[in-house]
Amino acid sequence: MTKLLDREPVALVVFSAVILLMPLWLTPLGANYPDLLQKFAIFAIFAMGFNILFGLTGYLSFGHAAFLGVGSYAAVWSFKLFTMNVLPAIAFGILFSGVFAFLIGYVSLRRSGIYFSILTLAFAQMCYNLAYSVLTPITNGETGLQLTLQDPRIIDRMFGPAGAGLPSTNFFGLPMSGYPGFYFCAVMLIICFFISRRIFKSPLGLTLLGIKSNQNRMNYTGFNTRPYTQTAFVISGMFAGLAGSLLAVTDPLAGAERMQWTASGEVVLMTILGGAGTLIGPMLGAWLIKYFENIFSAFNDATLEQTFSFLPEPLANAAVAISGLFVGEGWHLTLGVLFMLIVIFLPGGIMEGWRRLVRWIGGGGGGKAKTESAAVAQPAE
Amino acid sequence: MDALLLQFLNGLDKGGAYALIALGLTLVFGTLGVVNFAHGALFMLGAFCAVTFNKILTLEKVVLDPEQKTAWGTPLEIRTPYVEAWLGDFGAFLLNYSVPVSIIVAIPVMLLIGVVMERGLIKYFYKRPHADQILVTFGLAIVIQEIIKHYYGANPIPQAAPEIVSGSADIGAWFGLAGTIVYPWWRLVFFGFSVVVIGAVFAFLQFTTYGMVVRAGMRDSETVGLLGINIQKRFTVVFGLAAVVAGLAGVMYTPILPPDYHMGMDFLVLSFVVVVVGGMGSLPGAVLAGFMLGILQSFASMNEIKSIFPGIDQIIIYLVAVIILLTMPRGLMGREGVMEE
Repeated sequence: MTKLLDREPVALVVFSAVILLMPLWLTPLGANYPDLLQKFAIFAIFAMGFNILFGLTGYLSFGHAAFLGVGSYAAVWSFKLFTMNVLPAIAFGILFSGVFAFLIGYVSLRRSGIYFSILTLAFAQMCYNLAYSVLTPITNGETGLQLTLQDPRIIDRMFGPAGAGLPSTNFFGLPMSGYPGFYFCAVMLIICFFISRRIFKSPLGLTLLGIKSNQNRMNYTGFNTRPYTQTAFVISGMFAGLAGSLLAVTDPLAGAERMQWTASGEVVLMTILGGAGTLIGPMLGAWLIKYFENIFSAFNDATLEQTFSFLPEPLANAAVAISGLFVGEGWHLTLGVLFMLIVIFLPGGIMEGWRRLVRWIGGGGGGKAKTESAAVAQPAE
Repeated sequence: MDALLLQFLNGLDKGGAYALIALGLTLVFGTLGVVNFAHGALFMLGAFCAVTFNKILTLEKVVLDPEQKTAWGTPLEIRTPYVEAWLGDFGAFLLNYSVPVSIIVAIPVMLLIGVVMERGLIKYFYKRPHADQILVTFGLAIVIQEIIKHYYGANPIPQAAPEIVSGSADIGAWFGLAGTIVYPWWRLVFFGFSVVVIGAVFAFLQFTTYGMVVRAGMRDSETVGLLGINIQKRFTVVFGLAAVVAGLAGVMYTPILPPDYHMGMDFLVLSFVVVVVGGMGSLPGAVLAGFMLGILQSFASMNEIKSIFPGIDQIIIYLVAVIILLTMPRGLMGREGVMEE
């Protein structure tokens, strides 16, 4: 089974089937609506890109949301200036975030370990603060960058007059909202999976793994590691830019809060939760977080009372009071607790848990899984 | 000239807060080798100690007075805080001085929180990679923050400084230039307070035997352990001390910045930058960088400078951090061999 999955065409077909059939198999889980599905695909791309830097190369960036924001802004500007077609928008998103990542990476990658984290954090916070203040002509400050009726949209105007009202984003005429939007994101996700899988198996990927496990030794063998880390950083930034522009594609609005460091923290969470350094772990992490965010934040006291109505009243009241902390507004609390539990007990994330489970079933319950848990993420120091 | 001096003063109180938080972060890092992302949450908890203390003091006794009627014809409610009803003038004094007095409450509470946190969680992360430490304390910070948000709401809760220092000081008058430099008293108090606390921490480390052992442990905990000293226990106490320092900063900062649940995170990011600029593991470096960045930030927010470099006030700290990290790899006063291979 696993051997079969190692073969590229098989892996791709299986992966594509799983992604494209998401509306089907997510229905029983109550997650089959386009907005959420789009988020699943987009944040999977974001986490996958982050994983190339953190999971594969071992550099913990705390400023990755900056690239997401840059991608969003570039895409919205492409909608405003040129055309509502989404292809130029994502092209611009990737291009700009790539250039941006190159510049920031060029500076930040001079240092490693926690210094690298602080440098990326500093750059991301600078972008965030500037987007709110001086760069308001480009970012439209707190309101966020939106489409307006006065936008030039040069290319669209060449083919016909602007209609009344705001146009929607489209893929050669197909509007990118609802399910078509999801399928577009899904195709992007499949392409990204393919690229990321290729990187994992390539000599570049192996080099990056080598840098993660011991950068000094790599240097001693005569390897100049900088070009490789730089490449990883740029690729990872481009993935984030793509995710950002897809966010703009599904909803043409870009706000600076996307660049805040809490957003960077979220992608770290996703990657860790799923399992850093594994191919599909980060994607699973992204799905899980977005899924629970959606489910948990929809709960309120009324639904809770209904859930616990089978208990005797004092017990039910207590249960509602306690669980009320964790749902609705307090969903972040659940996230924090979950996150702590994962880091404490299962540093390899979901994928590690899966491996342990498989070994436990296969090995007849020999619980000596700890010996091989060295595959957990370690920062480059 | 007086504008410059005013900005300098403005920087001092913010710098004091940065320095206090950064000092705790560095202490924890230097002793336990743990990068604590929950330190900002401790600062916030300190601020909420003051809020809670004030809330308890202002619990009111409501007496209906049937003799007097309000405009709506209902009996007039006479509200008196219990402390005033029970303790009279002393109660009123307590209410007035609730922020400084809550220091007395905050010290044991923060010490307890710090020790519980260290024994309950941090202890298990000494040997884990720094990334894991960052992540788990980040998770803890989210948890603390959300709990506070649940019980105190999302809005800032303003706290009043004692009346005697609620006005502004005419500092210019001290130098014979009356009316030129007017500065809020409480900010001066906060600056003085931060200097005293920093001095106390340094004195503790420098002039007591306990502090000497801790310093030795920072250099080489293994050898100290071999000499038969339970260094781990002392490090736990140091963690508690760091929590107290952060908490006190939080308590005293409440009249300047009304506390809300995310103030810890806001300060943490900046304090981390401060620690790295000062040099990981260097206590004087943390204090120096804290004041330096606070003052720089304040100068950058002057209109004259903003008109030359628009937006500089927003990014100055990060910009300085980037420049320092790239030119001085160990920060201002970093020691060799800390956070390196």
